[in-house]
Amino acid sequence: MLELKNITWTTEDGRRVLDDVSLSVPDRKLVAITGPNGGGKTSLAKVIAGIIKPDSGRVLLDGRDITDLDVTQRAREGIAFAFQQPVRFKGLTVRALIEIAAGKTLNYTKLCDYMSSVGLCARDYLDREINNTLSGGEMKRIEIATVLARGAALTVFDEPEAGIDIWSFAGLIKTFDNLRRAQESTLVVVSHQERVLRTADEIVLLTDGKVTLRGSGSEMLASLVSQGNTATVCGKKEAIIDG
Amino acid sequence: MDNVTENLLRLVSDWDGKYKGAYNIRVDGTCAGRQSSDNIAILSKQDNPGLDIHIRPGTKDESVSIPACVTHGNVDDLVYNDFYVGENADVTIVAGCGVHTETGEPARHNGIHRFFLAPGSKVKYIEKHVGTGKGVGLRSIDPVTEAFLEKDALLEMDTSQIGGVDRTARRTECTLGEGARLIIRERLLTEKEQTAVTVFKVELNGDGSAADVVSRSVARDSSRQEYESTIIGNARCTGHTECDAIISGKAQVDASPRLFARNEDAALIHEAAIGKIAGEQILKLRTLGLTEQEAEQKIVEGFLS
Repeated sequence: MLELKNITWTTEDGRRVLDDVSLSVPDRKLVAITGPNGGGKTSLAKVIAGIIKPDSGRVLLDGRDITDLDVTQRAREGIAFAFQQPVRFKGLTVRALIEIAAGKTLNYTKLCDYMSSVGLCARDYLDREINNTLSGGEMKRIEIATVLARGAALTVFDEPEAGIDIWSFAGLIKTFDNLRRAQESTLVVVSHQERVLRTADEIVLLTDGKVTLRGSGSEMLASLVSQGNTATVCGKKEAIIDG
Repeated sequence: MDNVTENLLRLVSDWDGKYKGAYNIRVDGTCAGRQSSDNIAILSKQDNPGLDIHIRPGTKDESVSIPACVTHGNVDDLVYNDFYVGENADVTIVAGCGVHTETGEPARHNGIHRFFLAPGSKVKYIEKHVGTGKGVGLRSIDPVTEAFLEKDALLEMDTSQIGGVDRTARRTECTLGEGARLIIRERLLTEKEQTAVTVFKVELNGDGSAADVVSRSVARDSSRQEYESTIIGNARCTGHTECDAIISGKAQVDASPRLFARNEDAALIHEAAIGKIAGEQILKLRTLGLTEQEAEQKIVEGFLS
């Protein structure tokens, strides 16, 4: 279980982005964090991964206080983080990145499993560099493959729908299922995409750095949709995702 | 053969106690072993130190290794090696060089290699340079490469200098005829007070000729690098030159890609980028469990691989 207790964080220019945020994420659940732009969603995700150090408040993982652990230490404690904008590396290959994520050398069959899970052929992609010859959609799929390879107990996705192609969206929803069922992973997903929110066990609404509403996925979704607080997927995408 | 020589041979070539195919091992300016093959003749030059290497037309899937080692200080080795590659031959040439000094005296190797590629021939040329030893004497390697590619010839040159060489001045000049292709991949790493100067000059003289010259380098500490690449398009041709450098500490890198179009059908491109490792790259690898130092190491390894 992940617990955030009274998290407060202020930017260097004095803007309070997170204001006494508390929430808990039970094991093997998907908790979505949604809300208006600038509401503090991404900052909260970064607090969980250790990228942002809060001014006050505590972060607990399975009862252990990890507030003072840095990014590397939290990764080693079993926290994975999927970036909103996947990072490109001139020279580093897809194979190298996935093996770094897995923390070990992988055989071809295993690498092929991760790549086919995101709809990419290992033969075509493993030796390619993660540079600007890859499209945004390909980058997103590779980012998802690295998250699968982590096999982490807790995975944080920061706006996974950003810049995504149709396949990746469908693959993303399947990946959430895969992570929860096969890997028994717990997920925190920052999103305002209705189709993503529909997969959540619990939805937390973050507005002006505060938790303004929270509840089960189905209850919250109805309320958020009626208030116009979500983005919707086009019909064709929806058919592919559900098909 | 002593341990220093064996270690250098392993670092700069595929030495595992012996070589496959033809070879000549040069140690401190003298020949420490030579083997020709039916198709590859290695002969001593009569007028200068060095070798004339003749590869028969049509030779396929053979290799020739000509490593050179300087194993102690106070050696200044100069060698001229000429390769004559016959029509439609397809071979690999490995010409690594290692310099070692344990004293305050300098160790230098200066290899001047010329390649004459007959029509339709293909050469994969691998050149690795390294410096070893704890002595403060300067380790220098100053290679000169000249290549002449006739009709439809192909030269792939993979050259790297990854560590230990204090001073290097690298000059490569290539002339391409009709339909000839040149691919150059250079990898350089400098640290501490090391300096590296790289100069490429490519003349595309034949219609349909093409050159792709890419250099990647890492400059750390107070090291300095200068890179100059010139492509001259004298015919209907395509040319691309690219220099990518990562800098850290007080290192300095100067890059000057230059294009000279002398024909309206010459299509030439240059790219140059210099910068430190992006913070987001380090952060991404830290979220995968690496420390900052491990992340930087992985990024540099990948960049120079």
